[in-house]
Amino acid sequence: MKPEQAQPDLARIIKANKRIDVVMASIGILVLMMAMALLVSVLVDLIASGWPRLFNPDFYINFPSRHPEKAGIVSAIVGTTLVMVVTAAISIPLGVAAGVYLEEYAPRNWLTNLIEINVNNLAGVPSIIYGLLALGLFVYSFDLGETILTAGLVLALLSLPVIIVATREAIRSIPLDLREAAYGLGADKWQTVRLYVIPAARPGILTGAIVALARAIGEAAPVITIGALTFIAFLPPPPLQSEPPFISFEWLMSPFTVMPIQLFNWVSRPQSEFHINAAAAGVVLMFMTLAMNGLAIYIRYRLRKHMR
Amino acid sequence: MYGGASERFLRRRAFWNRVAAYLLFVAAAASVLVTVGIVYVLVTESASFFEQVSLVDFLTDTQWTPVFENARFGVMTLVSATLTVAGIALAVAIPAGLGLAIYLSEYSGPRVRETVKPLLELLEGVPTVVYGFFALLFVTPLMQTFMPGLSGFNLLAPGLVMGIMILPYTASVSEDAMRAVPMGLREAGYALGYSRFRVATQVVVPAALSGITAAFILGMSRAVGETMVVAIAAGQNPNFGFDPTEGAATITAYIVQMAMGDLPHGTIAYQSVFAAGIVLFLITLFFNVIGFYLRRRFREVY
Repeated sequence: MKPEQAQPDLARIIKANKRIDVVMASIGILVLMMAMALLVSVLVDLIASGWPRLFNPDFYINFPSRHPEKAGIVSAIVGTTLVMVVTAAISIPLGVAAGVYLEEYAPRNWLTNLIEINVNNLAGVPSIIYGLLALGLFVYSFDLGETILTAGLVLALLSLPVIIVATREAIRSIPLDLREAAYGLGADKWQTVRLYVIPAARPGILTGAIVALARAIGEAAPVITIGALTFIAFLPPPPLQSEPPFISFEWLMSPFTVMPIQLFNWVSRPQSEFHINAAAAGVVLMFMTLAMNGLAIYIRYRLRKHMR
Repeated sequence: MYGGASERFLRRRAFWNRVAAYLLFVAAAASVLVTVGIVYVLVTESASFFEQVSLVDFLTDTQWTPVFENARFGVMTLVSATLTVAGIALAVAIPAGLGLAIYLSEYSGPRVRETVKPLLELLEGVPTVVYGFFALLFVTPLMQTFMPGLSGFNLLAPGLVMGIMILPYTASVSEDAMRAVPMGLREAGYALGYSRFRVATQVVVPAALSGITAAFILGMSRAVGETMVVAIAAGQNPNFGFDPTEGAATITAYIVQMAMGDLPHGTIAYQSVFAAGIVLFLITLFFNVIGFYLRRRFREVY
């Protein structure tokens, strides 16, 4: 075959292939646009529907009410904050410790294998199943009731696998040299881990913890299952008091509501006036989770730049 | 050479070294307790349920009326709605997720990838109640304008929203699988004169197939266990059937509905929640085990 004859054929094939490439790339971009369009329309829809309440200061300082125009989210915001304090206080130390153990200490045996498989499986258990665990175990067997403590505990268990996996990944990315240098200076294992490995892995661990907590803030299912109330017209007792001993933990045993549950309650009502409140609460909730996720992404971005 | 002071220091250091190792082990082992707790609660509570309801009725009856005078417990009623919603979600997430994964792994440059992945993570971070609100009060009315027969509560709208909701997850897991395919395989394809499209569809996708399958099976598991979207937008009537234009309660929606109603501890209705829970747990466990097995396999091959 002479080259002059082959060329037009080749040119056509290449052209056709390039066309397919353009089609494939457009499919990818189209899907991406679709996903982004969803995110944007969710936000726009929420803001537009919640507009009348969103800039009304009463909405943020009022308790829930039977009258939609008087109802507010103060008990939900306080409830979410307190529940998150409990969740963070339990899940971060426990998750980081478990991650450190699995990366730095765990011997290769059946027990380590069991723990690893178990963590992977826990990550896939639906959140509502954690709610059933809390209902059967914490609420009834341990008699903790439908309290902030129970909710904090169940969300901590839910976040645990995420934090463990993030900790492991962060620690795995720390080069071996760092440990060897520490050992070379005479540090023992715990000193090496405590003074060198964990600080070096801190941004990665922090990112994972923030993502896990952002997810926990938005979780409604497990908290509904333990029977969180939706009509809370009071605040839990304050943690700081004017008389000795100044610090009180009574709030742990207080009934509560949280943002996603307040939203769920309002959206389930037939009157459309309550849907306005639900939308406004949705904007606040979205703002909380997006801000936390944004922070996590930012930390990771800085970390990557730092490593280069 | 060592004075008494440094000997004491070394002894104290060795002590803390041992204590730390022990405590870290306890933390890791605690995660196993969570699983034990879940299994314990589900099994004990549903054991008393199955003393009163036969397993055959539970699996073959097509009515689910736990609070009626003449209570019937056919869990397939809830399972049918659950699978319908999850099926719709996958019908969206499989083609879209695969398209996006191929684009990100084979076509886009690193720069696009670095921008897109955080955006997808943001999408994953949206609380599911918000998606439920959106499905009920935005997507359903929108679809009713060109599907007049659609009920206010239906399985279609939450299914579609859930499909886009699990898209970031399925896309990123399948993209990981595709990127794990060695460059050499692609280069071999190009050396044979394959186009980029043929390399993607006939070399990379088949090589990453177990990982891609894992992505969709794990996505299925998520869709089955997803709660708030269906609890808000799919309605709470247990209907046996697979009609996506009608509302029906899924397993998760049933659990939420009963939990909202302040159940008396120890009644059959209370126990039925745990019986439904154990079915949900087994379905998701089944998908997760297959998914993890497939995922591990593609990791081992390359």
